[in-house]
Amino acid sequence: MIKFDNVSKVFTRGARPALDEVTVTIERGDFAFLVGASGSGKSTFLKLVLREERPTSGRIHVAGRDLGKIASWRVPLLRREIGAVFQDFRLLPNKTVFQNVGFALQVIGKNRRYIDASVPEILNLVGLEGKEKRLPHELSGGEQQRVAIARAFVNRPPILLCDEPTGNLDPGTSIGIMKLLDRINRTGTTVLMATHDDLIVDQMRKRVIELKDGRVVRDQAQGGFGLEPA
Amino acid sequence: MALSVVIVTLVSLAFVGSAMLLQIQVGKLKDDWYDRVEVSIFLCPNVSDVATCKSGPVTAAQENNIRNVLQTGALEDLVERVYYESKEEAWENLLESRPDDFLVQQLTADDMQPSFRVKLKDPEQFEVVSSATANLDGVEYVVDQRQVFGTLFMILNRSTLLAASLAIVMLLAAVLLITTTIRLSALSRRRETTIMRMVGSSKVLIQLPFMLEGIIAAAAGAILSIVGLWLTVRYLVQDWLQSSDLNWVDSISQNDVFSVAPWLLLIALGLSGIASVVTLGRYTSA
Repeated sequence: MIKFDNVSKVFTRGARPALDEVTVTIERGDFAFLVGASGSGKSTFLKLVLREERPTSGRIHVAGRDLGKIASWRVPLLRREIGAVFQDFRLLPNKTVFQNVGFALQVIGKNRRYIDASVPEILNLVGLEGKEKRLPHELSGGEQQRVAIARAFVNRPPILLCDEPTGNLDPGTSIGIMKLLDRINRTGTTVLMATHDDLIVDQMRKRVIELKDGRVVRDQAQGGFGLEPA
Repeated sequence: MALSVVIVTLVSLAFVGSAMLLQIQVGKLKDDWYDRVEVSIFLCPNVSDVATCKSGPVTAAQENNIRNVLQTGALEDLVERVYYESKEEAWENLLESRPDDFLVQQLTADDMQPSFRVKLKDPEQFEVVSSATANLDGVEYVVDQRQVFGTLFMILNRSTLLAASLAIVMLLAAVLLITTTIRLSALSRRRETTIMRMVGSSKVLIQLPFMLEGIIAAAAGAILSIVGLWLTVRYLVQDWLQSSDLNWVDSISQNDVFSVAPWLLLIALGLSGIASVVTLGRYTSA
């Protein structure tokens, strides 16, 4: 589903690469954590998957597409196959929950009827039924993140990228968000989550890819946040 | 912000339109007047200190000689028509054109001078006619009537140049302002465009609202400038000219404004289009 083949990314010439010859394959339906200290290359990794950045060298395949060969006008089509969730939620403050989620469908050309049918369904899935008419500031942090997840997933993309989705939430709320992501993963969606949250990584026991200074230093199935003693 | 774009476009296109209309007016005047203008060969009056008039007022023999020069030989092919205006006719014409002038009423036919009015096939050939006749006995001086209009055309042409230069400066200001407006607009809605980009909205859909904002504002400015030009031509040029002494002048009409209008609209759309493509490429791209 996501395949990095010897990928390096250098932002400024001469500086240390943000990613250094990374080779990783994430299969369809996987749930993987991307861990590492700040500046280890997690965000760069996600940006490369979204094709917000292009690699300095190496090849990237996402959802069956070679990102090195994809025409720039087809990038939006690629992004429709990737849902993205961020630490800061990125909701539109003057739109209701329903409108925020519907906006994602509206701007890719879905019609009113489709939107009216899909949005309540996804709000139900993320546990926000009955809150369609609330504005973001009337919601708790956890609820706002659920709206963001609903927006990312309403188009049923095969891949969900999450950049520190629990970074702004307290541990209790975070667990709720993780349960939701797990439920989405069980529908066959590939989930890749960059995080600092050791508690969550340790509890979930999913695949862990650890980056350090732009290199993959650990790729462990059912791993914990830190390297466990043998 | 959009209002400032409307105003700057309005002013700049008003200058562009004025320059165009001035040139149309110059063309009309040239067509109209060059058809009528003639070369006037004024013949010696009773008193003159010009060398060719030393023998006193022009004689019949001298007049015949001049007529011969004009109608035969080298000049024959250049001259379309020769008309002789006698002293009496000159006096009558003067009296007719300025009936209330006290000074004119004091004159008699004898104070006037006879002339040949020569219509040329090609008005540009004035020099040839002038040099062939100016030194003949009995000729006081030769006037190309086109020179009378030369100053007027010079003023009109310089006004066109001035309007065009102002137009260029204003158009530059308009482009910069449209660019700034679109940029501000794009920045203020960055959150929205980021989400659109993220969920896979096409580039066209992301950029279109900003493009339309600039294009509509510029088009509104263009339409207002066209309305302004129309009102100017209708009430200032036409009404004013009709009520003045210049009512015989073939002036520009509202139809000329309509012939200029599509160009103004095209310039407005082109400018805002270019401005938005340049700006949006930088501020909303992936």
